[in-house]
Amino acid sequence: MGEDQQPVADAAAPPETAANAVILSFRDAPAYEGPVVALADYAANSNTAAVRVEAGEDARSLIPHLARLRLIEVAFPKYRDGRGYSSAQILREAGFTGELRAAGDVLLDQMVFLRRAGFDSFAPARALNPAAVAAALERFPFVYQNAADGRQPVWVRRNG
Amino acid sequence: MIKLLTGNDLLTGDVLWWSGAGWSLHLGDAVAVDGDGLLAKVIAEERINDPALIDAEMTPEGPRPRTMRERIRGRGPTVRLDLNRMPA
Amino acid sequence: MYRYDEYDQAIVDARVAEFRDQVARRLANEITEDQFKPLRLMNGLYLQLHAYMLRVAVPYGTLSGTQMHALAHIARKYDRGYGHFTTRQNIQYNWIKLAEAPDLLAELAAVEMHAIQTSGNCIRNISSDQFAGAAADELADPRPYAELLRQWSSFHPEFSFLPRKFKIAVTASDTDRAAIQLHDIGLQLIDRDGVRGFKVWVGGGMGRTPMIGHVVREFIPASQYLSFCEAILRVYNRYGRRDNIYKARIKILVHELGAEEFTRQVEAEWALLEPLALDAPAAEYARIVAQFAEPAYDPAASDRLDLADPGFALWVKQNVHPHKRPGYAIATISLKPVGGIPGDASADQMDLIADLAARYAHDEIRVTHSQNLVLAHVRKADLHALWTALDAVGLATANLDLVTDIIACPGLDYCALANARSIPVAQQIAARFADLDRQHDIGELKIKISGCINACGHHHAGHIGILGVDKKGEEAYQLLLGGSGAEDTSLAKILGPGFTEAGIVDAVEKVIDRYRSVRTGPSERFLDTYRRVGADPFKEAVYG
Repeated sequence: MGEDQQPVADAAAPPETAANAVILSFRDAPAYEGPVVALADYAANSNTAAVRVEAGEDARSLIPHLARLRLIEVAFPKYRDGRGYSSAQILREAGFTGELRAAGDVLLDQMVFLRRAGFDSFAPARALNPAAVAAALERFPFVYQNAADGRQPVWVRRNG
Repeated sequence: MIKLLTGNDLLTGDVLWWSGAGWSLHLGDAVAVDGDGLLAKVIAEERINDPALIDAEMTPEGPRPRTMRERIRGRGPTVRLDLNRMPA
Repeated sequence: MYRYDEYDQAIVDARVAEFRDQVARRLANEITEDQFKPLRLMNGLYLQLHAYMLRVAVPYGTLSGTQMHALAHIARKYDRGYGHFTTRQNIQYNWIKLAEAPDLLAELAAVEMHAIQTSGNCIRNISSDQFAGAAADELADPRPYAELLRQWSSFHPEFSFLPRKFKIAVTASDTDRAAIQLHDIGLQLIDRDGVRGFKVWVGGGMGRTPMIGHVVREFIPASQYLSFCEAILRVYNRYGRRDNIYKARIKILVHELGAEEFTRQVEAEWALLEPLALDAPAAEYARIVAQFAEPAYDPAASDRLDLADPGFALWVKQNVHPHKRPGYAIATISLKPVGGIPGDASADQMDLIADLAARYAHDEIRVTHSQNLVLAHVRKADLHALWTALDAVGLATANLDLVTDIIACPGLDYCALANARSIPVAQQIAARFADLDRQHDIGELKIKISGCINACGHHHAGHIGILGVDKKGEEAYQLLLGGSGAEDTSLAKILGPGFTEAGIVDAVEKVIDRYRSVRTGPSERFLDTYRRVGADPFKEAVYG
């Protein structure tokens, strides 16, 4: 198997979000702690305020319901599975302002990307060091492109 | 057919061979390894990259890996003999 | 040439610091190799057979003399005195130590270079026409668009963990020197109704399942090409296969959905993205264009050329191309001397080429996808002096696009993926056809050799392609004919059963001898003859 040819969604057991995972939140409001319903079950439970979207599920199907949702949890079965970044971007582009949580194989070195894609809370399968996370998030002073976090791309700074 | 334990050094990337007492840069120092207990220990330690047991035969000139790939790993690029690893 | 401003420099410097921290955590066993590997790969650091290999990005194949000198310095200080120019216009070092890699990257950053996203399942180095900005046949210099793509794709938060790697190429002329139809996205700069824009191909590629790209847009205005690429990437990121690495490239998604349905999905996505104004402002494009301003050409440069010296005349005929500017020419430096290693250059050669670029070529050097180097702006009056200096060190081989100008991947001599060696096969074919008169009689013939199915040696696009395979631990080779990576893109087809190392060289010679006996005349290229007569005469020559 080649160096850059690891399967990104192979058969290895995905790390489960521990029931007692420490939530790392970047929101002013406290993290939502109520029950979270699977997207597949959501229609039948439309009074719930929190939904979990698996990596292969269509986040866009939630767009009609965004105003009712307080939390959308997006699963990262493996950190190399990048579908959750698009789910987050799509939800933020559609105007979702509630808690957007990345859950599962969430690692320090992906934090910059996750924050930029619009995640503002994290339920890592293995606990993250908050000081290391803070340092990682401050590392890059500028960004090259638009993303859900609204940071100004350098092409705006450069051209006033 | 015997098994040799090999991998690449984490820091330098150098090809290493298990010599019985430790790691050697020289294929000629490699010894036959029984079972995969040692391999499991090396994997768990995370200091050697791509550790593996490979097939070889013992010849009068020393161990000879079965595949061209491992023979090239043991010696160096066939197109840059000036950079090949000399016996210790 | 593009120069970093404070923002570019700060971002690249931050990346070096981040990688230094990541290496330290790995060396302290704070992260596992499984966690670290994607991080080092996204900084271009692979573990190969003998050591770590570092792939340094040469954005759209353009280097300054200062940068080339730095590459030479790195070859001496961190490697074993040489580097290998690749089919994606990058340079690779073969003997890097992990512990020294952060220092190396810091030295690169000091000359505005990096190894960011030269590996990993992300958007790779943007490639382009090696004659960009100089070619007589181009619409405009495509490199400002490529530079904007470089910036947009660097650390793209949504597209850093794609199903598989992603390669984009940009050209601006009808002659395709960058194989755009064999890229994940191929962009050709065109004008329509007075508006500048791009024709867009998606889903080309080589590897295990070679495919030619489909046109998904006849025209997208240049002001919107970034958001259009964003839409393509989003459809791919969401729906590209992640269950099987051999089916994870975008070409498979396009194939499985069908080009029409894929295009429909991209258009639907773009309809949502377009109002978000994700594209760079026109002022940014203008800022970058200004940096690619034409060099200060000599207005008095003459078109006169003294071709009395037959060696020089041959080199001019084969390795020199027309420049858009009177009195100037484009000179290609062959890195394919007979007996050499295709694409390899020693530190001394790099320094010399950098010096020649400063003296004769406005300090600019290009890397070609066929593993040669180009001096893009040379006064015709300086060509003889340039040739003389190159000839003195064996860099004036007049074999561009001839049978000895062979593309070869590193193969089993270096690469952990390879099944068979590529370089020795290239060397033996070159030795067999070393006679320059014979090469010129054969004419344009592109031989491309890959040491495994991943096709880094572009064997599918070879007029003659050779693929190394593993046969129970020993090397074997398949022979393919009829490929092209140019504007007449086609995929080479396997001729028949495979060969040993000696057998493949003989088979190539039989194919070429047969070509010479069935061509309509010296002006009919091998590829055209093959297309006219088909595979049968060659099968008969090789296996009959």
